[in-house]
Amino acid sequence: MLDVLLFVVFPYVALAIGIVGTIYRYLTNQYSFTSLSSQFLESDLQFWSSTLWHYGILPTTVIHIAGFTLPKVMAALHSTPELLYLSELAGKVLGVMALVGVAIMLYRRLSNTKIRAVTSPVDWIILALLFGQVFFGLILAFAYRWGATWFIHTATPWMVSLASFQPSPQYVTALPLAHKVHFFTGFVLFALMPFSRLVHLATFPVGYLWRRFQLVIWTRKKVA
Amino acid sequence: MKVRSQVSMVFHLDKCIGCHTCSIACKNIWTDRPGAEYMWWNNVETKPGVGFPTQWEDQDKYHGGWELEDKPKNPQLKLKLQNRLQTLGNLFSNPAMPTMDDYYEPWTYNYGDLFNAPLGEDQPTARPISRVDGKPIEIESGPNWDDDLGGSNIYAMNDPLLQNMSEDEKLRLFSIEQLFYFYMPRICNHCLNAACVAACPSGAIYKRAEDGVVLINQDKCRGWRMCVSACPYKKTYYNWSTGKSEKCILCYPRLETGQPPACFHSCVGRIRYLGALLYDADQIPDATRVPDDQLVQRQREMILNPHDPEVIAAAKASGVPDRVIVAAQNSPVYRYVKEWELALPLHPEYRTLPMLFYVPPLLPVINSTQENGTQRVETELFTSLDKARMPVRYMSLTLAAGNDEEVLKSYRKMIAVRIFKRHETVGDVTAEEAAAALAEANMTAEEAEAIYRLTSIPTYQERFVIPPYSREGDIEEIYDPQQRKAEAGFGRQQAPQRGL
Repeated sequence: MLDVLLFVVFPYVALAIGIVGTIYRYLTNQYSFTSLSSQFLESDLQFWSSTLWHYGILPTTVIHIAGFTLPKVMAALHSTPELLYLSELAGKVLGVMALVGVAIMLYRRLSNTKIRAVTSPVDWIILALLFGQVFFGLILAFAYRWGATWFIHTATPWMVSLASFQPSPQYVTALPLAHKVHFFTGFVLFALMPFSRLVHLATFPVGYLWRRFQLVIWTRKKVA
Repeated sequence: MKVRSQVSMVFHLDKCIGCHTCSIACKNIWTDRPGAEYMWWNNVETKPGVGFPTQWEDQDKYHGGWELEDKPKNPQLKLKLQNRLQTLGNLFSNPAMPTMDDYYEPWTYNYGDLFNAPLGEDQPTARPISRVDGKPIEIESGPNWDDDLGGSNIYAMNDPLLQNMSEDEKLRLFSIEQLFYFYMPRICNHCLNAACVAACPSGAIYKRAEDGVVLINQDKCRGWRMCVSACPYKKTYYNWSTGKSEKCILCYPRLETGQPPACFHSCVGRIRYLGALLYDADQIPDATRVPDDQLVQRQREMILNPHDPEVIAAAKASGVPDRVIVAAQNSPVYRYVKEWELALPLHPEYRTLPMLFYVPPLLPVINSTQENGTQRVETELFTSLDKARMPVRYMSLTLAAGNDEEVLKSYRKMIAVRIFKRHETVGDVTAEEAAAALAEANMTAEEAEAIYRLTSIPTYQERFVIPPYSREGDIEEIYDPQQRKAEAGFGRQQAPQRGL
């Protein structure tokens, strides 16, 4: 019963809250969509924490999503022992980068009174959850090796079953506790997105690559 | 020809007394909020000096403005900060981001201690406390920290412009009886080729087509803070509390109701002029790609004569309202910038096409030949401009991308006007000498008289010729005015509170 609650009901609820909530916040309070950067107040630790974190977590997230959506491609990418070894290594390196980054973030916010002054309660919750999520992710990577392979036979079919509205939690219910914590926290973070600064994820400005440099806006264009 | 109208500005530095009233007027209206305390949309600097933020002119440090590619054929303009791909890569940590240490940490005083201190032998004191975290701080810098310290070995010596001056010129700036300084008030230049607009990853910064005011859409700003680095004048500021960037808005709510911006209105020395300029937007790409020494002249060329029938026809075809054309014809800025060529743009070498122009200060120049402690305007001063107390080089590095001739031209006119009026009002200069001075400056007596009138005795209406707006017609009625009548002012429907 608990498994159904945690791995069927909660994922749907979390996704609904995350998506609907973020859209609602965008429509009603777009002003609050910002990264809330604190680089202006402290730049040196910010460079190491933010760079390590983002360059670690973004590829990791992309790899996770690819594992859900393109399992055959991912399986082909580690079809030989050498490739598998390389994928394993890359995942661990990225994970450690992210963990060090988020650890420095925590230290920076705790130690610098100016940064603490611009830290809200939800910032602490998010930071702690992110630290825990990466920490458990690394436990999986180190304690249960060859995750690149077992991932597409456990997490992937579970996610696919959720996405096709034929939920099959049995793919993950037999896994050890560390796995379950990692899965659950992932959806908690998704649900918290509209209530935290995580919304800045949704506004990654990829359009900058092709937009015009100068922007001129008419109140109302009178002449063509 | 694509004619646009731009609300442009002239600051007459000869008249600036460095009172900072403009800064205070702006501060009281716009930036007296948490996160904005350190911002000075309008500030007044002592030059030579380090400026605000410290050494903002050092683009090796801040990477502001544009750069022309170093190749002979068809060089392109690129942001000095980074290219588009680097922008996305540097979102997480901006490598050229100035921090609060480059400005100053805002503070207040713990006034409560004055009332709550226990009875004792000593006078209670109010300690300075940070307005960021509330902790006691040592005040080590402020918005105007090197005020009046021209010639100082600690501050003026660190002026980035001095790197490009010869030892002899530097010596003249710092020798004890020769040292000089002048004041330079600065606001956003509302550039035609703004680097902040180009650098914004979110596309939140834009130029208003009707009047050229550059604004940051607070709803679209995501706090990536690239504009702060990219603006070579450091006139976009990051609000550390709301996580959004902010800048001078040229008091557009005042402009739209026919009033000059608060800093203009409050100017004690009456140094500020505001009016419309018509320019050809099609020439912007060319005007930003000429060699440094032609930048001032090229920018002048793209400013159009509002009396020319061809320009008027083109303006009408481009949708410039008739009343704006009339305002452009009466614009004091047009006269200073284009007709008289007295006013020059600030650091045109940043290639942003700034639309705020400065008349260089004359006083430090003519004080060069003092005899027995008396000063006299003399006709020989023309020949001594290059030996002036202030090296003209400093002004040309500030206002003409190093082209001395542009500054000298301006100075010759200003000196000629003085000699001409001296002849008229005091009479110790002969008519021949006055005529010779005018001829030297290549100007007529009528022009000298006009410069004198607009410089010395202009009325409020002559200084500020605000083009008429018709915002009520432009803005579609999104809100029922009956519902809005109880609301205050313009814009936001909710308080600008920090996001979660």
